[in-house]
Amino acid sequence: MSTLDSKIPEGPIAEKWTNHKNNIRLVNPANKRSIDVIVVGTGLAGGSAAATLAELGYNVKAFCYQDSPRRAHSIAAQGGINAAKNYQGDGDSTYRLFYDTVKGGDYRSREANVYRLAEVSTNIIDQCVAQGVPFARDYGGLLDNRSFGGVQVSRTFYAKGQTGQQLLLGAYSAMSRQIGKGKITMYNRHEMMDLVMVDGKARGIIARNLVTGEIERHSAHAVVVGSGGYGNVFFLSTNAMGSNVSAGWKIHKKGAYFANPCFTQIHPTCIPQHGDQQSKLTLMSESLRNDGRIWVPAKKEDAEAIRAGKLKPTDLKEEDRDYYLERRYPSFGNLVPRDVASRAAKERCDEGFGVGTNETGEAVYLDFSSAIMRYGQEEANVKGLHNASDKEIKELGTKVVEAKYGNLFQMYEKITADNPYETPMKIYPAVHYTMGGVWVDYNLMTTIPGCYAIGEANFSDHGANRLGASALMQGLADGYFVLPYTIGDYLADDIRTGEISTDSKEFEEAEKSVKEQVDFFVNNKGKHSVDYFHKLLGKIMWNKVGMARNEKGLKEAIAEIKELREQFWKEVSVPGSADGINQELEKAGRVADFLELGELFARDALERNESCGGHFREEYKTEEGEALRDDKNFTYVAAWEYTGEPSKAKLHKEELKYENIELKTRSYK
Amino acid sequence: MSATEGLNLTLKVWRQKNDKEQGKMETYQVSDISPDSSFLEMMDILNEQLIAEDNEPVAFDHDCREGICGSCSMYINGEAHGPGREITTCQLHMREFKDGETIFIEPWRAKAFPVIKDLVVDRSAFDRVMNAGGFISVNTSGNTQDANAIPIDKHDADKAFDAATCIGCGACVASCKNASAMLFVSAKVSQLSLLPQGKVEAKERVQNMVKQMDEEGFGNCSNTGACEVECPKGISLENIARMNREYLKSGIS
Repeated sequence: MSTLDSKIPEGPIAEKWTNHKNNIRLVNPANKRSIDVIVVGTGLAGGSAAATLAELGYNVKAFCYQDSPRRAHSIAAQGGINAAKNYQGDGDSTYRLFYDTVKGGDYRSREANVYRLAEVSTNIIDQCVAQGVPFARDYGGLLDNRSFGGVQVSRTFYAKGQTGQQLLLGAYSAMSRQIGKGKITMYNRHEMMDLVMVDGKARGIIARNLVTGEIERHSAHAVVVGSGGYGNVFFLSTNAMGSNVSAGWKIHKKGAYFANPCFTQIHPTCIPQHGDQQSKLTLMSESLRNDGRIWVPAKKEDAEAIRAGKLKPTDLKEEDRDYYLERRYPSFGNLVPRDVASRAAKERCDEGFGVGTNETGEAVYLDFSSAIMRYGQEEANVKGLHNASDKEIKELGTKVVEAKYGNLFQMYEKITADNPYETPMKIYPAVHYTMGGVWVDYNLMTTIPGCYAIGEANFSDHGANRLGASALMQGLADGYFVLPYTIGDYLADDIRTGEISTDSKEFEEAEKSVKEQVDFFVNNKGKHSVDYFHKLLGKIMWNKVGMARNEKGLKEAIAEIKELREQFWKEVSVPGSADGINQELEKAGRVADFLELGELFARDALERNESCGGHFREEYKTEEGEALRDDKNFTYVAAWEYTGEPSKAKLHKEELKYENIELKTRSYK
Repeated sequence: MSATEGLNLTLKVWRQKNDKEQGKMETYQVSDISPDSSFLEMMDILNEQLIAEDNEPVAFDHDCREGICGSCSMYINGEAHGPGREITTCQLHMREFKDGETIFIEPWRAKAFPVIKDLVVDRSAFDRVMNAGGFISVNTSGNTQDANAIPIDKHDADKAFDAATCIGCGACVASCKNASAMLFVSAKVSQLSLLPQGKVEAKERVQNMVKQMDEEGFGNCSNTGACEVECPKGISLENIARMNREYLKSGIS
C-alpha cells in the first residue's frame, strides 16, 4: 500500500498558504497568452476558476452541459455562505471557522486545506460585493449575518433563500466579461466524454456537442474538473436532473484516485417522496429547524391511523407526540447536525412510527404550531394586548413566521398542496451533497499530472460531514483564490510547449472509444429505458448503502450493482440517433458511470469499519445508538485507484494528522 | 393516493426534428397521472411510454426542477410556464388540471430563440447580451476593499436583489407579442445601476447591452406588461422604466 503525497507545505498552519504562494513558480503574463486551460463545469467552482484564469491571461475553454453557464446546480443552494469576517463581533476568527469545519466533518478532513479555506473565506465576501452580489443588509446599510447548524457564531452571509443563485450569477458575470473579451471560449450544451492524456499528462478532452451530436477534440495544457457531486447515483436526490459523476469518473478511469466515495450527506429536511412517479426531491432549508419542532406519534396505532388517513396530526394531544430529537438530544434538540437528525428520523420510521403516505410510511412532522403561538404571544405583549384570544395570538404568530420563512412555506404548499401554517409539514431525509470525490493534493491536482479537481467534485475540505453554508464557500475559494495560484506552478513548465495538437494518436484513440460507446447505445435496441436501470440502482443504493449500512447489505449491494450493470449493457434501449439532441443518449452515458461508481461507493463503505459523519455502519455504534468512530484504525483518506473492476480498486491511504486540533468524540446530548 | 384519482389527459405536443425542418403538433394520451406529480414528471411518463413504443421521446429543457435554474421553458395552454403565477414549468403540478382535459404544449416562440428540437429553444442570445455588459468590471483577485466599506441603503439593496432574482428563462420574451427582451435586460441593468459598485460604468453598460439586444432580433417594448404577469420571479415593469431612464441619461452627456 503506497502513501500519497498530499504536498502540504511546511511551517505553522497559519503560515502555510502564504509561504506556499511565495514559493511556487509563476508564469509571466506574456507566456500565459500561449497557454490553454480547459475547465469542465461552470458552477461556483468551475465558473469562478474560468473567470479568474482568463483574467490572469490564460486562454480558457469552458464547458457545460446546460444551455448556459448560469444554470449550473450551484444556483439552487439556498441558505448562505460562511466567512470568518467577524462583523458581528461575536468572537469569530479564521481559527474558529477552521475548527468548526474540522469538527463538523467528524475529523476526517485535511487540516491544511481546511485552514486555507477559512483563511480565504473573507476575500470571497469582498469579491462578491465588488461584483454586485446583493447580499442581505441591515438598515445601516451594512451586511447582515445569520447563524447555521453546528456553530456558535453568526458568520453566514445570505441573499434571502437564494444565496447560491446570487453567487453563481456573480461568477457568471465575471465569466461573461471574459467571454466578451474573447479570453474564454464558452462551449454550452457540451459534455465531456473522456480525458485525453499525452505522455502521462492531461492534455485535453473529448466532448460531445449535445446539439449536433458531433464528437469534438479539445486540447489544453491543463484540465480542470469542476463538475459537482454524484448524489444522483441514488436516482432520487436534491441534485439537478443532469448532475452526474461522469467527468470525475472518466478521469478516475484514466488514473485519478477517487477518495472517500461513501461520504455522502443525507439532508434531514426534504419533502418526502409522493410516489413512484417522482423524479427528484426538494430541500427545505435547514433554517426551518430553528423554529420547527420535529415529532412522530408516540403510539404505533396513531401512526397507522394517520397513514390510513383516519386521523389528522392536529388531532393528536401533546402527550401523544414524541419529539424524539428533543428527547434524545436535550442540549441540541432540533438543531443537531444533519447526519444525526437524518438517522433519528429513519430510526423512528423503521420502528413503525412514520407518517408518510407511501408504503414505507417514510415521513416525520416538522411542526410550527408552538413557534406560531410563541411568536404570537410575544407580539401580543409588544402590542399590549393582555387578553388576546388563542385565535388572535395565532394570527399574530402566523405573520411573524411568514416574514421569516414565507417563501419556503409557499414552496412547500406548491408541491404538496398542504398549508404548513395549519398542519405540520411532512419531511424526510434525502441525498443532498457528496463530501467524497476525486482525490487532490494541497494544490488541488489529482494523481494525474495537469488534471485538477475543484469544488464538490473533489474530496478535500468537508471530511465525513459538511456543515451548512460551507459548500458555497469551498466552491468559490477553490475557483477564485486557490487553483489560479497553484496551477501556475505546474504550467510554468509549459511556457515553451506551444499549442497541443489534436492530431495525435492519443486523441484519435480517445475519440474512437467515445464514438464506439455512443454507437453502441443507439444501436443496442434493448428492452428497458435508461431510467429503468437508474431507478433500480437508486433503490439498491438507498436501501443498502444509504443512511445505515452493514457488512451483509454492502456485500449484497456490490453483487447486485454488478449484476445490474451487466444487464444494463445487454438490455438498455436508447431511441433516436446520435446526430442531434438525444437526451436519452446523454442519460445513458451518465448512468453507465453511476453503475460503476455505485459499486466502488459500496466497497468504500464496506472497507471503513467505523461510523463517522454521514457514514453510519450499524455494527459500529455506542450503546445509545450513536456513531462510533475508530480513530486508531481509520484516521485516513481512502483513495481508490481504478484497476478495471470498480470493487477491485486498489486502496491507497492518506494518513490524516491532527496537529492543531485534538480528536474528540462529537456529542450533542 | 389511490389509482382511481389518476388523471387521463390528451396532450398536443410540438414535435420538431431540428432547427431546419418544419414542426407540427402531435397528439398523445397519458393515463392515471397522479395529481401530486409535477408537470415535468407527467412529461417523463409520456416519454417512458414513447420509449416503450420505440418512439423518440419529447425533448425539453429542464434541470433543477425546483424553479431556480431557469432551464424549463414550456408554453402550456397559451401561457409561458402554464397556469399559475410566479412559478416555472417544473413547479406546476398536475392537480391544476382536470381529468379528461386536453393540454397544449409548445416551445417558446420568438425569432431570437430558434427552436432546435421539439420544446427546446436556443436562448444563447441572452448570454450574448450579458457578455456585452452584464457585469461590473472588477478583477477577481479578492484584493478589493472590505465588503462593508461602502454601506448601501437597504431600500436600494432590496430593489437590486429583487431585480437580481431573474432566472433568465425567457418567459418574458415568449409572452410578449413583440418578443421583446426588455424585462430581462432591464433587470440586470437595474440591479447593477442601483448599486454604487455598478454606477461607475452604468452608461457604457446600458448602451452595450441595448445594442446587443437589438442585434439579436428581439422586438421593441410596447408596455403591455404581459412579461411581468408571466415572469416566474415577479420581476417588475419598474425595471424597464429604470432602464429607459438609464439609457436616456447615457446619451445626454
